[in-house]
Amino acid sequence: MMEKAKSPRIAYGEALLELGEKDEKVVVLDADLAHATQTAMFAEKFKNRFFNVGIAEQNLMGLAAGLALSGFIPFASTFAVFGAGRAFEQIRNTICYPNSLNVKIAVTHAGITVGEDGGSHQAVEDISLMRSLPGMTVIVPCDAVETKKAVFAASKIKGPVYIRIARPVAPVITNEDDCFIPGKANVIRKGRDVTLFAAGLMVAKALEAAEILDGNGISASVINIHTIKPLDVETVLREAGSTGRAITIEEHSIIGGLGSAIAEVLIEKMPVKMKRIGINDLFGQSGTPDELLKHYGLTAEHIVSAVNEML
Amino acid sequence: MNLKHLQDICATVRRDIITMIGKANSGHPGGSLSLVEILVSLYYEVMNIKPEDPQWEDRDRLVLSKGHGCPALYSVLAHRGYFEKDKLITLRKLGSILQGHPDMKKTPGIDASTGSLGQGLSVAAGMALGAKLKNKNYKIFCIIGDGEMQEGQIWEAMMASIHYKLDNLTIILDHNRLQIDGPNDAVMSLGHITERMKAFGFDVCEVDGHDIEALINTFCRPSSQGKPKFVIANTVKGKGVSFMENQVGWHGKTPNAEEVKKALIELGGEI
Repeated sequence: MMEKAKSPRIAYGEALLELGEKDEKVVVLDADLAHATQTAMFAEKFKNRFFNVGIAEQNLMGLAAGLALSGFIPFASTFAVFGAGRAFEQIRNTICYPNSLNVKIAVTHAGITVGEDGGSHQAVEDISLMRSLPGMTVIVPCDAVETKKAVFAASKIKGPVYIRIARPVAPVITNEDDCFIPGKANVIRKGRDVTLFAAGLMVAKALEAAEILDGNGISASVINIHTIKPLDVETVLREAGSTGRAITIEEHSIIGGLGSAIAEVLIEKMPVKMKRIGINDLFGQSGTPDELLKHYGLTAEHIVSAVNEML
Repeated sequence: MNLKHLQDICATVRRDIITMIGKANSGHPGGSLSLVEILVSLYYEVMNIKPEDPQWEDRDRLVLSKGHGCPALYSVLAHRGYFEKDKLITLRKLGSILQGHPDMKKTPGIDASTGSLGQGLSVAAGMALGAKLKNKNYKIFCIIGDGEMQEGQIWEAMMASIHYKLDNLTIILDHNRLQIDGPNDAVMSLGHITERMKAFGFDVCEVDGHDIEALINTFCRPSSQGKPKFVIANTVKGKGVSFMENQVGWHGKTPNAEEVKKALIELGGEI
């Protein structure tokens, strides 16, 4: 039975708990945010496989690297801004550069939907940073159900994986039995006039926009790009090609994230009309998640007007 | 232990360092030369290793967090048989297995890639944690530089190694007192490092970093129950080459042909 709305981070905590039962090589590290990232569920059940390293994100990544070198599958968790941002060079030099070590960097509180904590805590550049690292897989699940699948899939990938998890309660738009293969985009709606490529919480917004457009006689495809890297180039080309119009929607800067990744492919292989929707080279600020999404233009209505402008 | 034999190896390693850096026309002679006795003691007398099986799961591990000292480590690994000695002169050349800083993908015997200062100790602590989790008895050695101690991450890792009671971890401070821009005390003082480390909660030992017997005894002595060991090895930067000893300028400077020749003669080499 599909739940209507659930926070992806809760799903993350539950997934770890389940994974911990199945695979004793899984260890979890957190940097004093276990109750926010939800790793506390795992901590309670598997005390000896959980390490709270304190407020020390650089050491978090280094310890995870050392545990990976010892044959474990470490999940290192903190907020996106501290993981991808503060510990960027540790991820680069002690996880990716050495030998694509088997560390899963699962961060929560990504994007502006962090809300009231404000811009200092809202990572809007993390995908860009992580995507630029050789050997890194970057997954942005769109809802709670997909988050759980992403955690299990990541544990099977040999090498570093960055999983970007949202904080707020969000609509569940995928089903338990939907296929989830890292690197393979999911076409969730087929249209003729425009293709909406979305990631994370923006997939739900794109679907909402497609419904509105449908009512206006415009037919939109919606593609869930849950894996930003490696990007499913084949699906991107096919789906952008079939409508000749591409719009990307992400809860991230328009610089370096999903929009950039898709633009890189289209500009070289098949230029089509394109528009990137995201944070326009700005930092976030305090507010409720919904207020912020509206303020920064990440709503279905905004997507609809972008489509109308393009047609 | 045959002290004379080990001393001869140290002299050979020093000559290798000079030759390698001379041929590469780049590298860090000062902080490589200060490490020699530490590495020879570890790889010849202290560590439980199988050079013919570098990935042997039960081996002791070494993380050279001050990765720029790798010419010394490469020479020791070659003489221990991890790879052919004729590879040494390929240091820092395109396609070489011997990168400018340690690269575990390319060099047999390198347990962790390092080079960006401050990061190796966290990896070593993670390995020590991993050994405990697997109920394995192997030991982890991590060599850090004194300038490197200015990196905040070193202190994060030290705190964690004490918190997790990593008595299978030995941190070795190559205390040559100099860094690129000058003496530690002029750049950013470490203060009374022995007292600081004791207060931090380590099992602290201070030793002459060029006294092989003393080093071996210190490394082999079991650490106090539940405490990681912190060995302050007092060393001389540029040790063994008169014009490099205690000279800040030889941190990352390459000797020219004339200087290479002079250094090799001092180190007992035949030209």
